Formats: sequence, C-alpha cells, structure tokens
Amino acid sequence: MQSPRRQHWGKTLESICLPVGALLFSLVLFGIFCAAVGSNPFEVYASIHKAAFGNWRSFQNTLIRAAPLMLTALCTALPARLGLVIIGNEGALVMGGIGAIIVGLGLGGNAPPLVVQIGMALAGLLFGGLWIGAVGALRHYRGVNETISSLLMNYIAIAFLNHLVNGPMKDPSSLNKPSSFPIPAVDMLGVLPGTRIHYGLIYGIVACVIAYVLIQRTTFGFAARTAGGNIRAARIAGLPVGKLTMAICFLAGSCAGLAGMVEVAAVHGRANESLNAGYGYSGILVAFIARYNPLAATVVAVLLGGILASGGILQRVHNLPDATVLVFQGLVFLVVMYSESLYGRLAIFKERHEVKPTRQPAAVV
Amino acid sequence: MAAETVGWWGVPLAIAAGTMRGGTPFLFVSLGECLTEKSGKINLGLEGTLLTGAMSAYAISYLTGSPWLGVLMAGVSGMALGFIHAWLTQQPKVNDVAVGIAMIIFGSGIAFFLGKPFIQPSAPQLPTFDLGGWSSISSLQEALRISPLFLLGVALAPAMTWFFKSTRWGLFIRAVGDSPDAALAMGVSIKKVRMLSIIAGSFLAGIGGASLSLYYPGIWSERISTGQGLMAVALVIFARWQPMQCLYASLLFGGAQAFGPALQSVGITQGYYLFNAAPYILTLGIMILTCSPTRTISGAPGALGSGS
Repeated sequence: MQSPRRQHWGKTLESICLPVGALLFSLVLFGIFCAAVGSNPFEVYASIHKAAFGNWRSFQNTLIRAAPLMLTALCTALPARLGLVIIGNEGALVMGGIGAIIVGLGLGGNAPPLVVQIGMALAGLLFGGLWIGAVGALRHYRGVNETISSLLMNYIAIAFLNHLVNGPMKDPSSLNKPSSFPIPAVDMLGVLPGTRIHYGLIYGIVACVIAYVLIQRTTFGFAARTAGGNIRAARIAGLPVGKLTMAICFLAGSCAGLAGMVEVAAVHGRANESLNAGYGYSGILVAFIARYNPLAATVVAVLLGGILASGGILQRVHNLPDATVLVFQGLVFLVVMYSESLYGRLAIFKERHEVKPTRQPAAVV
Repeated sequence: MAAETVGWWGVPLAIAAGTMRGGTPFLFVSLGECLTEKSGKINLGLEGTLLTGAMSAYAISYLTGSPWLGVLMAGVSGMALGFIHAWLTQQPKVNDVAVGIAMIIFGSGIAFFLGKPFIQPSAPQLPTFDLGGWSSISSLQEALRISPLFLLGVALAPAMTWFFKSTRWGLFIRAVGDSPDAALAMGVSIKKVRMLSIIAGSFLAGIGGASLSLYYPGIWSERISTGQGLMAVALVIFARWQPMQCLYASLLFGGAQAFGPALQSVGITQGYYLFNAAPYILTLGIMILTCSPTRTISGAPGALGSGS
C-alpha cells in the first residue's frame, strides 16, 4: 500500500498539473488556429503577453478585469460543491448592477459617500442573491433543472436592464448607448493608492477567501460538500438539503451581484449594456478551470483577465476580430473538459506498483 | 405602416406570421435535441451550433449565390460541432452539461470570428412560397410568405415519430437512451448510436440556424440568436421527448417571440423590452409547471443525464 502522504502529494500535483497542462495545450491549439487564419502565432502570443502582463500599466488593466471574474466565478463554483451546475452568472451580475444603480441614484448626493457605497454593495448582494436564490428554490421545490433555468434568467435580467435603461431610468443625453443617469462622482468606488485599480479587486479576493474558508473549514461547508457528494446520504443524516441549496445559491448569486455593483460603481458609473459584456460567461470558465476552488479562482481570474484585456491589441495589431478572445476561451474550456477525464488515469501521478490504467478505447466514429 | 390598413387585426396577424417564421429555428433545434436526448445524452451546446449554422449558411449563400448550398453547409458545420460534443461527452468522467456550456462559447466564438466579414454584405435569401397573392393587403401577403424550411420542419416531425416507432434504427436509439444495458445485450454499440444521434441532431440544429440567417430575420449579425438553442432544450422537456409535441411547442414559442414586435407594429411601444422577455418567461413558467421534485417526468429517456 502507498503511504497516505505520498498519495496526497500525487493528487495535489495532479490537480495543479492537469489544468496548467490543459491551458498550455489550448494555447497550442489556439496558435494553430491563428496560423490557419493567417496570423503568426508567436507574434500573437507575444502581443497577448505584452497586453496582459507586459508592464505595470497593462497588468493594472488585467487586474481591473480580474476583479469581476473572481466574483462571478464564485457564482458557479459555490453551487458546484452542492452538485449544481449554475450558469446564471451574467443575469445575477446584471441584477446586482441594477440594484446598485437604484440605490446609487436614490441616495447619491443625499448621504455620505461611504453610506452610498455600502448601500450599493448591499443592494448588489441582495439583488444578485435573490436572483440565484430563486434558481435554487425552483430546483428544490419544483425540481426545475438549475442549469436551464439560470440560463433563461440571464436573458430575463438583460431584458429587464434594457427596459430600465430605455424607459424609466433613461438619461436623455445618452443617445448611442441608452444608459441610466450617472451616479455622482463622489460616490464612485475609489482606487487603491498609487494605482488605477479600483477596490473591486479587494472585494473579489476577500470574497474568494471567505468562500474558501466557508466551504473547507466550517460545518456549513462540510454539510454542503456532503450533500453534493451524496444527496440521499445527506438526507438520511438529517441535513437540511433545501436550506443548504438556497443558502449556497443566495451566496453564489450575491457574489455575482457584487460584481455588477463593482462594474456600476467603479467602472461605468451608470447602468447600460456594458454590464452584460460577458464577465458572467467568462466567470463560468474561471470556475471550471479552477475546479471550483475559490482560491485557485483568484489566480485563474487574473490569467483570464489578461486574455480579455488583450482583445483590443489583437484587433489593432493583428487585425483579428474581437471574437478571437471568445474562440480562445472556448478552446480552453473544451480542453479543460477533456482533461477532466484524465484524472486518475495518468501513470506519472500514481505509485509505481499500481496497475497501469488500461488505455481508453478510441472513440467510435 | 402596413399595420394601419388592417388596424388591430395586425396583432393576431403578426403573431401568426411570427409563429411560422420564429417557430422554424425552434422546430429544427428542438427536433435535433429530441433526437440527441432520445439516445441518452444532453446537448446544451446547440445554441453555439445554431449560431455557427446561421453564419455558415449566410457566408456560403453570399459566396456561391446559392442559398440551398448554404443550408447544406449549415448542417455540415453543425455536424462538425456535434462530432466534438459527441467525442468529448463520451470520455469518462466528463459532464455533458459542462461540455455543452463549453460548446456554446466555442461555437459562438467560431461563428463571430469567421462571420465578421459577412455582417455587411447581403446574401441571397431562400425563396418562399407566396400564398397571399390573392389578397391586396400587404401585411397579409407578408404573413403568408412561407418558407420551404418551415414546411420541411413540419414534415420532419411526423417522420421522426415514425422513425422512432417503426424503424430498426429508431429502436436502437430508444434502447440506448432508455436502457443502455438492454442495448448492449442486443449487440448495439452504445458509443456509435450516441455519436450518430448527436451528430444528426446537430445537423438539424445547424439547419435551424440557416433559417435564421436566410429566412427570418434574414440577416447575419452577432445578435441573431437570442437563446433559441437553449430554449429548445427546455422545449424538449415540455414536449416530453415526442417529435409531434416539439412541433406544437415550437409554434407556441415562435408566437411568444412575435408578441412584442406585434404590439409594437400597432403602436404599443410601452414595455417593448419587457415583452422581449416573453419567450424566456414562458419557458421558465412551463418548466415550473411541468417539473416535479418527486417524480421523473414521464417520457424521459431512462439513461438521460445519468452519465452511463
């Protein structure tokens, strides 16, 4: 038998190496794709690196994009521990942004900036939380598939946002891009001293750390993981599965809602279609690459934030359409999905005397 | 506007027209999803397939001048995406819902990337059957301009019912989806049947995309699909995995989609954007009504989503 310690290291190594390997392999695939459409892949890599991590200025850009990604990733990562696949990140983000703008416009100018900011954050948390909490409730009480319902609710949230910024909330001076009235500049979320990075990054990191502690170190998290592992066993053990589902979904949604608040209060200053710019969908990808680990999600969010930040330069320098970033994300996602099937099957991460895994039969075409 | 000549009749007329126009993509995608799910796998990525199909149809129609070649190409590009989905989801420990999400991102990425040059030019559209020639009302003529793709879809639904019920291959698919063990005992290759079902389903979804870009709305843009591919997945549940029910449900959804624009055409613009959410709210409402936490839905393939 192998020592438990050794096995532990093998597993840790595996869970680091496989996602990293998947990322590298998808970079290769992406290079082939670039070559196929007539761009030099090495120049594209160099541009991405320069735009994402090349200097402090561009790295700040990356971090600004990473902040909402950390928060939206939690919207998928937390329910995943319960065995739920929730992809309503975009909708929860939009609802959080709507909540924040309502409070921001209502209180703005009538209260101290700190109060306004706390109010906006709470509203973002609440709106996003209730939005995904409803998905959890539908799942528990009606057995509605949470993946489909959360995705449908994305479209409903976006329609609601469009209704608000084209109707009741519309600022008549915003012609090309219908927007709400802006919140007063003093109430905007500030930046970290000496940088252009707003406090949203701190929100993201703190939320991820709290989520990690909550899932890994508390009885609540233990109960959630138990229910995620075997729901029948959890019921027999007397765990309140319904309450757990809704609590986790509420927390998940509130994280994405906070991302919406950050986008409104720190980046745009108003609500408009820039809110549904895809941070929700990218957050799903972050959660999957990080294998639902909130701490890993912070690192992955920075990587992906860098890739999102490089979209502009790919367009300007290499004349690649803005969808290039989407293609790359899709490739990463597919390769990461494939890497799931390799866990426990690669000999290097195993003990020597263990039976070598049988080769997988090739897919029948 | 044309609606002035028919007054308030414009609303039901526009909804009826929208039912046939907007229902066509739903019809193809839901039949494709029905075929896929009958074999026991879920393909959530049909939204990406729909977009890729729409883009390829438009591009090929523009480049060759033949819209029918575009329709064929839409199906073929759908098959390519279907192959990726089928291969990945049959790897051990790979979750088909998660792969579906990946395929949505990948498929839409490919469609937007390759479709960028085709947003401006206008491609030849599919010919239509103009059944409204007898009428002098232009909006009635418009409503009775029926696409051959719609008729094809309507014919496909009973054909698929027959296929499942009365053919050898239909039996294989049902066996694989309901009870993989029984299928194995029959000597059927589960992998092969699922691979073919997913690829054929994606072919249909690609054609659904072609009906978006070559019939209605008849343009190619990045916003052409508004979640039809996803709603179709919910629609199949509502239709209890029966092709004929998919047909009725698709018409219902097409009608729901036309609701906002129909009201707008008679001058009701209040809440236009909210009416745009009607199909999603309808889908959600239907799911809430038809699902149950205690029993599985009748008609669901036994092995669906079980990963076996």
